[in-house]
Amino acid sequence: MSETPAMSIEDVLARCGELSGAADFYLTRDPARYADELLAMGEAVLVSWHVAKGNEPTTDKVEGFRLLALHRQGARGNPSFNACRETCREIVYHHNLILHDPDSPDIARTVRLGAMVVRHLALFIGGKLEEAGLGEFCCSSRPVRQADKLISANETG
Amino acid sequence: MTGKYQKVAYYPGCALEGSGHAYNRSTKAVGKKLGLDLVELKNWNCCGAMEVKNIDPKLQTYLSARNLSIADDMGFDTVMAPCNGCYHNLKKAEYDLANDEPSREVNTRLSEKAGHATYEAGKVETIHALDWIKHSVGEEGIKERVKNSLKGLKVANYYGCMYTRPRHIFPEKDQGPGTESTSKPHFMDEILAAAGADNVEYPLKTACCGGAHALSDSDTSTKLVLNLLETAEACGADVIATECPTCHTGLEMHQVRAEKVLGRKTSVKILYFTQLLGMAMGLSPKTVGVQENFSDAMPLIKEKKLA
Repeated sequence: MSETPAMSIEDVLARCGELSGAADFYLTRDPARYADELLAMGEAVLVSWHVAKGNEPTTDKVEGFRLLALHRQGARGNPSFNACRETCREIVYHHNLILHDPDSPDIARTVRLGAMVVRHLALFIGGKLEEAGLGEFCCSSRPVRQADKLISANETG
Repeated sequence: MTGKYQKVAYYPGCALEGSGHAYNRSTKAVGKKLGLDLVELKNWNCCGAMEVKNIDPKLQTYLSARNLSIADDMGFDTVMAPCNGCYHNLKKAEYDLANDEPSREVNTRLSEKAGHATYEAGKVETIHALDWIKHSVGEEGIKERVKNSLKGLKVANYYGCMYTRPRHIFPEKDQGPGTESTSKPHFMDEILAAAGADNVEYPLKTACCGGAHALSDSDTSTKLVLNLLETAEACGADVIATECPTCHTGLEMHQVRAEKVLGRKTSVKILYFTQLLGMAMGLSPKTVGVQENFSDAMPLIKEKKLA
């Protein structure tokens, strides 16, 4: 049975919005927690992709990170998926940067930028899901699909 | 100066004749200022872009190969393509013709049918405008020519996704010091730093601009671009420097759309790296086509005394 994503893409986007707009005192309280959260959100986004495509999301790790393994799994036979390769690696980089020096004076900024990178991954994958007809990401396309359903109903009915 | 790239064939591609005209203009102006010669391919054709590639990849290979064949006929061993899409497609054609027999067969058949010489892999090297400037003039050459330093201008260098992807069609990259990186490209950073720019660390330098979604799902494109813009601002950037007409146009248009549709205003400016480099070398904003951009960078250009 396929894994359920820990968070939906919409939830990831909402959380990234909170983190990228959060005050310094909030982000400096427990940076390690946010490092793990960034990684977990990235994984949840890619798990959503695999589940929507009917794939069993891998639990393997590449270079010590499941996120990179999930990306590699997605890119197999789908070269355009590599357009988010560096985005995934940037998430790992920000995760490592936070853990490496949680007391850095720039730590709040690093968490914010990490959240913005995760947001990009969520938007990119959300868009791909929409293009593949597998998601409900793009509000502007809903009427289009609803129109398709209407046409289909009229043609068959 | 490296003689190899002093005079190269120039393949502008269709974007540089339309929406990316300012890139065409500024690339030519910068080349002239640097003493480099660009000779435009005669009777060039579409590289196959995304439209043909999506339907028939081997036809795209042929279309790109025909341009390489023209360069060869004109006596050039190097063609410079400033557009990421063209650059990517010409490199891909080169790779496919070197490694894929069915692609070679289609190319031969269509070339014979069209009545021109069949391009053979290995005859012409495709380079990007960044390679061209980096390897012909280099940072030291740029420093010698700077008249209006970009000092104090905080720049986020944005390369887009096609400049480095897929890695296997760019065998010259990731070859150690002096070569370009596919994971963290840096040629544009180095060129603009040589012109005095204060580059910011930008974590989305190769991230998707949503160009492929532009017509089918414009909201996705707008949200992706908005995130690129907001992240650049969070990094402290005054300007996003671009080197791809698709990315550039997308950033400019969706910056406006993000404000109208999503109510999110960003003020970071968007300029081609050739425009910034040209102004640093004393060219006027008009000469490098700033007036053709959607993004009104003139107040910033005046503030930084680049005009």
